[in-house]
Amino acid sequence: MCECVRLGTENQVAEFEAVLEQNKGNGENVMEVLQKTQGIFGYIPELTVAKIANALQIAESKVYGIITFYSQFSLTPKAKYNLDICLGTACFVMGAQEVLDKILAKLGVRVGEMTKDGKWIVTSCRCLGCCGLAPAITINGEVYGKVKVEDVDKIIDSFED
Amino acid sequence: MNICELEKIKQQFIKEINFRKLGDTSGVEYKYDVMVCGGTGCRSCKSKKVQDALEETVKAKGLENLVKVHGVGCFGLCVNGPIVLIYPNDALYEKVAVEDVEEIVSSLAEDKLVERLLHHEDGKAIEKKDEMSFCKKQRYIARNNSEFMCLENILEDYIALDGYRALHKVVSEMKPEEVVKVISDSGLRGRGGAGFPTGKKWEFTRVVEAEQKYVICNADEGDPGAFMDRSIIESNPHAIIEAMAICGYAIGANKGFVYLRAEYPLAGERLQKAIDDATARGLLGEKIFGTDFSFELEIKYGAGAFVCGEETALMRSIEGNRGEPTLKPPYPATKGLYGCPTVINNVETLANVAQIINNGAEWYNQIGTPDSKGTKVFALTGKINNSGLIELPMGTTIREIIYEIGGGIPNGKKFKAVQMGGPSGGCIPEQHLDTPIDYKSLSELGSMMGSGGMIVVDEDTCMVDLAKFFLQFTRDESCGKCTPCRIGNKRILEILTKITDGEATMDDLDELEKLCHYVKDNSLCGLGQTSPNPVLSTLRYFRDEYIEHIKDHKCRAGVCKKLSKYVITDKCIGCSACSRQCPVGAISGEIRSKFNIDQEKCIKCGKCCETCRFGAIVKE
Ligand SMILES: Cc1cc2nc3c(=O)[nH]c(=O)nc-3n(C[C@H](O)[C@H](O)[C@H](O)COP(=O)(O)O)c2cc1C
Ligand code: SF4
Ligand code: SF4
Ligand code: FES
Repeated sequence: MCECVRLGTENQVAEFEAVLEQNKGNGENVMEVLQKTQGIFGYIPELTVAKIANALQIAESKVYGIITFYSQFSLTPKAKYNLDICLGTACFVMGAQEVLDKILAKLGVRVGEMTKDGKWIVTSCRCLGCCGLAPAITINGEVYGKVKVEDVDKIIDSFED
Repeated sequence: MNICELEKIKQQFIKEINFRKLGDTSGVEYKYDVMVCGGTGCRSCKSKKVQDALEETVKAKGLENLVKVHGVGCFGLCVNGPIVLIYPNDALYEKVAVEDVEEIVSSLAEDKLVERLLHHEDGKAIEKKDEMSFCKKQRYIARNNSEFMCLENILEDYIALDGYRALHKVVSEMKPEEVVKVISDSGLRGRGGAGFPTGKKWEFTRVVEAEQKYVICNADEGDPGAFMDRSIIESNPHAIIEAMAICGYAIGANKGFVYLRAEYPLAGERLQKAIDDATARGLLGEKIFGTDFSFELEIKYGAGAFVCGEETALMRSIEGNRGEPTLKPPYPATKGLYGCPTVINNVETLANVAQIINNGAEWYNQIGTPDSKGTKVFALTGKINNSGLIELPMGTTIREIIYEIGGGIPNGKKFKAVQMGGPSGGCIPEQHLDTPIDYKSLSELGSMMGSGGMIVVDEDTCMVDLAKFFLQFTRDESCGKCTPCRIGNKRILEILTKITDGEATMDDLDELEKLCHYVKDNSLCGLGQTSPNPVLSTLRYFRDEYIEHIKDHKCRAGVCKKLSKYVITDKCIGCSACSRQCPVGAISGEIRSKFNIDQEKCIKCGKCCETCRFGAIVKE
């Protein structure tokens, strides 16, 4: 019981257990299992790694190896608002770096660091596929296109409740 | 499913298709089709809200029997989204907001168009979309028909446009080797980067005897700045499904995977629905069209690793491993996924297949140039007026693309170069603008077709900085398996950083070139073998910019921050206009005395310089 408390809500744990059950002994499904785990908890809690390895019957080191290889997987919890800025070529050429500088200055963090109030994490990615709208950012998955340095205050402030 | 059922569905939906495609009003009771773009680009500009508002307004005005509202696939002109198409007029509205909806609907009730929402060229409204200079030269094959299909019943509309006919023809009338021959004769080459002849690839796999074979569609679309594969999957998923089944039949595979990059959730949703619909109709699954051919399809998601676009890495990733490339040979054709013979093709490559089967190799062969057949989709972005997706016959010149279709460079700036082939490619400068686009010409210029990303840069882009950007990308994305790529790219980046910081010597430049060739020659996979290309190609065409950075400590584009700064001169009257504009609060001072810029804080955006009415701020 105490483990569940640390892992997440009961529902989350039940959902997670169900995913493990479905993929028992199926080592090749590890990517999908990790994707689902991240979908459930918002990140991949350390505690799940051994469970996944056990259920899929693969080495724990292999699970870690996969988590750290693919940039999408995260071992740290998400913030309330996750801002992902595209640093793909089109966005870069259209000034994404300046937008990023401004965002970081405004929130007072570095890339990948959570703000002290736990509200924001800024990450960068390479191409969201909205290059026609460069520079593009997403906040909790919603796309904002043609972002200018001047827009940053307004966009971020609109999330401050 | 059999051919009669296919025909029945076609007859059910053809009238609406003809209404949209040909303006043939004879078969339909209503007067207008209003199609709202539902691609990722337009969705991010709230196109869904526009669509909802259109539906509500039509209802509120009691016009449901006259005006139909649908979602439609990506039209390509993402920069002007949300896009709304009006049929049978064939009109295109751009940048449509919820506030425009009322006017759109009431004007349709009066059989009029809203002129201000039409695309304008030289101050004139363009009434038909095909007359826009963005569209005139385009020729759609890979993106064929997507502007006529409703997202809600995309399978039926696809069938009405002769979809799944090619699959029927192949499984019921043709031998596998005949299918491969048609594809070979068409001259189709891979659109994923390497340009390998597709027919040859299929033939290599076909002739291998094996119990199990696979077809993989590479939808990893890793080149940042390219988004045609996403658009094709979102807008016309059945073309990919049909092509994969055809390939399965031709090579003897009964199972296919689509490896989709995780950043494309909407494409995944649409593709999954299309797979489910096709399966429900018996177009996928057991005994397709009553023959012995069975084929099933599954989506596998990537998790954000560029190198997984490389075919061997991609297969390792599907198998549930770290996506590290392996040495070739063995090629996937002999030993691919789970050790079985595998064909792996790019999305756009596959998007051509059904039409080649339907129209014949001859038809396809006549489009394009002797060495490059057919069309290519490009994602035109960066410093260009009409940025978006365009599909053109091979052999179109870069100048036509930039100036006619792309409408030139914004804000009267000067064109500098266009980067093609992404992080593996190179740039093409002004003096080569008249180069026709084909595989050979581009590689002779030290660039490449790549996946079709075309990023235009103007005089405000520093070429050294651009090369640095790509090397940062490859450093981050190198899988680390082999040393030349893992360490070499890091060292290349260090030298580039030295140059942009103004700390390099001419010896460093020699070292840089040597290192580039070393990494190219000694890396294990395509990533490392091509990663130095952006450096080599900028060195080839813009060496003087490198030398300026080194010798004169000057960045002519004013991008390299360590080499430039903004200062306020004595012309300053202390009006504080600049300090109010500065996005980072770097300017301070007392009213009516000279202001000052804190160089530590300044991000060199140039806003202050533009703001000052007294020309008191200069860039040094
Ligand atoms: C580093 C690297 C990344 C690649 N990324 C992609 C990609 O995102 N999409 C793609 O279709 N091909 C990509 N390729 C090319 C594939 O390895 C392969 O050649 C291609 O999918 C074959 O399909 P085609 O013959 O239809 O072009 C990449 C190659 C390398 C070396
Ligand atoms: S060249 Fe780079 S990406 Fe390719 S195998 Fe070597 S380290 Fe990995
Ligand atoms: S260049 Fe931009 S950041 Fe620097 S002082 Fe001027 S307005 Fe501020
Ligand atoms: S480069 Fe930013 S969305 Fe493609």
